[in-house]
Amino acid sequence: MGSYLRPTRLSEAVAALAGRPHVIVAGGTDFYPARVGRPLDEDILDITAIDELRRISDEGSHWRIPALVTWSELVAADLPPLFDGLKRAAREVGGIQIQNAGTICGNLCNASPAADGIPNLLTLEAEVELASASGSRRLPVAGFVQGNRRTARKPDELVAAIRVPKPARPARGTFLKLGARTYLVISIVMVAGVIETGPDGRIAAARFAVGACAPTARRLPALEQALIGEKPSPALGGLVRPEHLAPLSPIDDVRGTAAYRRDATLTLLRRAIQELAA
Amino acid sequence: MRSPEIRVAFTLNAKPVEVHVEPIRRLADVLREDLHLTGTKVGCNAGDCGACTVLLDGRQVCACLVPIAQVEGRSVTTVEGLAKDGRLNDLQRAFHAHGAAQCGICTPGMLMAAADLLARNAQPSEAEVLDALGGVLCRCTGYRKIVEAVLAVARPATTVDPAAGEAVGARLPKTDGIAKVTGAERFGADTWPADCLVLRAVRSPHHHARFTIGDLAPLHAKYPGLVRVLTAKDIPGQNRYGIYPTGKDQPALADGYVRHRGEAVAALVGDAATIAAIRDEDVPITWEVLPTISGIDAALAPGAPALHAEHPDNVLISGRVARGDTACALAQSAAVAEGTFETSFVEHAYIEPEAGYARRVGDRIEIVACTQTPYMDRDEIALILGLKPEQVRIIPTAVGGGFGGKLDLSLQPLIATAAWLLDRPVRCVYTRPESMASTTKRHPARITARAGCDGEGRLTAVEFHGDYNTGAYASWGPTVANRVPVHAMGPYEVPAVRCTTRAIYTNDPPAGAFRGFGVPQAAIAHEALMDALAAKVGLDPLEFRWKNALHKGSVTATGQHLEASVGLRACLDALRSRWKALREAAEAFNRTSANRKRGVGIACMWYGIGNTSMSNPSTMRIGLSRDGRVTLYSGAVDIGQGSNTIMVQIAADALGVPASAIALVAGDTDLTADAGKTSASRQTFVSGNAARLAGEDLRRQILRLGNVGPGARIELEPGRLTLSDGDVRRVIELDALPVVSNQDVLVGTGSFDPPTTALDEDGQGIPYATYAFAAQIAEVEVDLELGTTKVRRIVAAHDVGRAINPTQVEGQIHGGIAQGLGLALMEEYVPGRTENLHDYLIPTIGDVPEIECILIEDTEPLGPFGAKGIGEPALIATAPAILGAIHHATGVRLTRVPATPDRVRAAILAAQNS
Repeated sequence: MGSYLRPTRLSEAVAALAGRPHVIVAGGTDFYPARVGRPLDEDILDITAIDELRRISDEGSHWRIPALVTWSELVAADLPPLFDGLKRAAREVGGIQIQNAGTICGNLCNASPAADGIPNLLTLEAEVELASASGSRRLPVAGFVQGNRRTARKPDELVAAIRVPKPARPARGTFLKLGARTYLVISIVMVAGVIETGPDGRIAAARFAVGACAPTARRLPALEQALIGEKPSPALGGLVRPEHLAPLSPIDDVRGTAAYRRDATLTLLRRAIQELAA
Repeated sequence: MRSPEIRVAFTLNAKPVEVHVEPIRRLADVLREDLHLTGTKVGCNAGDCGACTVLLDGRQVCACLVPIAQVEGRSVTTVEGLAKDGRLNDLQRAFHAHGAAQCGICTPGMLMAAADLLARNAQPSEAEVLDALGGVLCRCTGYRKIVEAVLAVARPATTVDPAAGEAVGARLPKTDGIAKVTGAERFGADTWPADCLVLRAVRSPHHHARFTIGDLAPLHAKYPGLVRVLTAKDIPGQNRYGIYPTGKDQPALADGYVRHRGEAVAALVGDAATIAAIRDEDVPITWEVLPTISGIDAALAPGAPALHAEHPDNVLISGRVARGDTACALAQSAAVAEGTFETSFVEHAYIEPEAGYARRVGDRIEIVACTQTPYMDRDEIALILGLKPEQVRIIPTAVGGGFGGKLDLSLQPLIATAAWLLDRPVRCVYTRPESMASTTKRHPARITARAGCDGEGRLTAVEFHGDYNTGAYASWGPTVANRVPVHAMGPYEVPAVRCTTRAIYTNDPPAGAFRGFGVPQAAIAHEALMDALAAKVGLDPLEFRWKNALHKGSVTATGQHLEASVGLRACLDALRSRWKALREAAEAFNRTSANRKRGVGIACMWYGIGNTSMSNPSTMRIGLSRDGRVTLYSGAVDIGQGSNTIMVQIAADALGVPASAIALVAGDTDLTADAGKTSASRQTFVSGNAARLAGEDLRRQILRLGNVGPGARIELEPGRLTLSDGDVRRVIELDALPVVSNQDVLVGTGSFDPPTTALDEDGQGIPYATYAFAAQIAEVEVDLELGTTKVRRIVAAHDVGRAINPTQVEGQIHGGIAQGLGLALMEEYVPGRTENLHDYLIPTIGDVPEIECILIEDTEPLGPFGAKGIGEPALIATAPAILGAIHHATGVRLTRVPATPDRVRAAILAAQNS
């Protein structure tokens, strides 16, 4: 009860987790808001002194975004247009104060239905690297995020990094966030999209995901299928159909009605396609 | 169990420091509580408001989200690190000169966010300023003067120092402004005695319930640091309080029955660590949950339980203004418009949560806390403690925003009771969720209104009925019920009027005072009807309003003859060219844009200054000390709106000395006379008059001493006065004079109570001595497919009588507009659901557009130097102007606010499908 560990090596961190569960803290941007006016008496594993988790790297077949990479560092990183959506999300997560402290991996682990990072990670086909004292394993983001604030992370595991595979073809990403004010806003709906273009100039792969419309962000396979083989043109926005939203199950809440979320999602998808296909 | 303390060494404002603290503690907490650098403010502890922004290794972060362990070896810069050798830096100077700080609670956060930007980019664009400061919320300024200040840092700012007789009308920087930009200002949470105990209220998680508190011995045994648990039976005097003498219906601690979520049922008092460690669940409370009466319909339903025995129908009070035969007039009207309008609970969302401490001094109690109304607090605390009012001393701290929300008692009864019983100082700081759950809100209203006009567009009649959800307790519900019918027809000549209101008890949060006392809700209704009537008779919306506008010589619906300072037509005249240009530009834009449409709307307002048909006097004193210093003793509390500056400007010109020669003692009930509440836009008009009369009184006494004429010049020097009157020059040695009070040898006093009369049963009479008037234009762009509304511009023309300080008047207008924009587009408090600043949205720096202010000065003969009030008038026209603009853009009229994207989109779809 109430211990605080701040190891400098990943091996020490996972050793601590093997002993007993800890609340893992990096940027603190989700940890403290959940404990306003409550005692801070949990066992804490603060991973921010682990230098090996700090820098984005190009690993040849994929990029690796380790656990301590903040939104600001992602924005500043030299990454191809594939990451434009994730970068746009990074600029809209909280204020700059939050972007300077909060991490992409933390956003994933917190697994809020309205997490701005997760729809992007789905469209990037990202994988999650989980480290534990007994080794490491990889899971696709879609398998990692299991529900509203539920993930596949076991108590003895730590998310060490996110891996983003390099697409075989030129790819571009985008992200559209809908909120009721300009800054510091939790999304009513958000849409992430990636389009890969083949040598024939046609869409060879398309990935679209929607956040805040289900307990977890969801890909839209039917829409993706409909786009493949099409020649990029803003008119492709017209392909979006209500039935493409079948994976979604939006709810009414203080930010908007379910009906509005479906309606706005169609508009945002159309606009995302128009932007990517321009 | 808590983690052991560790040593953390870091660089703080360029100096090495070392602390021994628990590693999980928030950096903000360690800075404030351990290092006593209280310039870093805590508004939410959740990263939502940015008030605690500091630089960590040169980059802005929220100090409330950083574990102190992570600061080891790093560099922290706080607001206290900006000034060098006692000199403000350029950024601080720009904030001071441009009026960028009002209450000052967000100012440190804004300054640090701006410092981060300017260190990387010395000449940022406006868009870059918005992005950099986007993480800090401000509730006072409307952000525009902050943006202006940051953009102006590159250019050195000059501040004015007006000579004797030239203070009124000058853009004098705030007399209390330096402390707001250095972090030296002390708000409710910034000051506490060393041996202070800490108090935390245990609050009801239920909206409506009975409860019993079990045996507390095990709790005491588990937590030896717990000194006392206060419950209802510990209240020494009367466990009921409230604004009106006959309506005291709210317990300081609930006695077995709670009427709203967040109501205090017990108070834990002990050392800070113990109080932080106890969970509410640890306190043995047995709840019997009762059905919730939420909203007006549930409270009025047949068979609904009475929430207060004295009001079996749950109707707290009704209000009424009636004149002429509206039924007949409407039947004969060429055009009639009608509608039903609904508004939501709105949270004040001042960035400073309630905070303060109390201590017992012999047989007296002293309360040092943020408040808008020291004398009312004094009298209420006396009743609760069973003391005489003279035994209670209220010492207001700086107030980090109020807007009406700090007109009611909050923590004062609890800390006062604890300090009284324990004879130890006791401190309390509300958390953000606690502040939001337990304190008052703007009344949600449901209004049905109908208006008619003749074929030429002259108004014939207005019928209005408003039901206002007053929540669990009376608070200021009667004020709303009485003020609204007077204003509900709008600032127009209407021959026949029937306006009625009811304030209705529910199990929702107590609705109280909030900038406008129900009038902003009413303005949404009457301005929608004006637009509809103008359209029906084919008149331009501005010209329709001009034609009907109250003017000098008009008779109001209460039968009051308006004899002076009725500047509404002047406001409309000033707006006409902008109105035409903006309407045309919007229509031109719309011809080439399919999915985004622009619209321009206009709205008018009026607002009676001071209490409705009730005495609300202010008294001010101004003293001249033996050493030749002038002190203004002002009981008017400055909640950021600027009365500390306005009173000095007025008193200076009345006395005939420079404003810089006047020192200020403000608020303390032992040192100042009663200047009433900082509410009802009354301080400039009412207390300003008292300050003028006090200054004139002291001047008369001085001139009499020197036997010089009324035009004589007064020069202050240490220990003496020099009076010059033409060729006559007299020197008065002050140390020869006996001390009257404090250090003062001469004391001038002034009192003013606005002349009003009681209203009869039809609401006829003179409710207010004077009225403020305004018209505002809003330009919006609506995304038709998403229903989102972006306000592009506001043009605001306000008749203020006289702008005592134009910078501050503009600041009030900007801030009121920002709150009006929030009311119109995003603010909706849902009890139990939006008790934080990320689910409850207020406008950010990116939401408030460019604002053009036009000040109309139609002198009020009763006002100090012609001035009226501006605090509430600034807000009232904004929401209806925005709703009118949305209508112009889209063709749909939103009748429910906030006009959130889903509601706007639903209205557009409904119009398309019909």
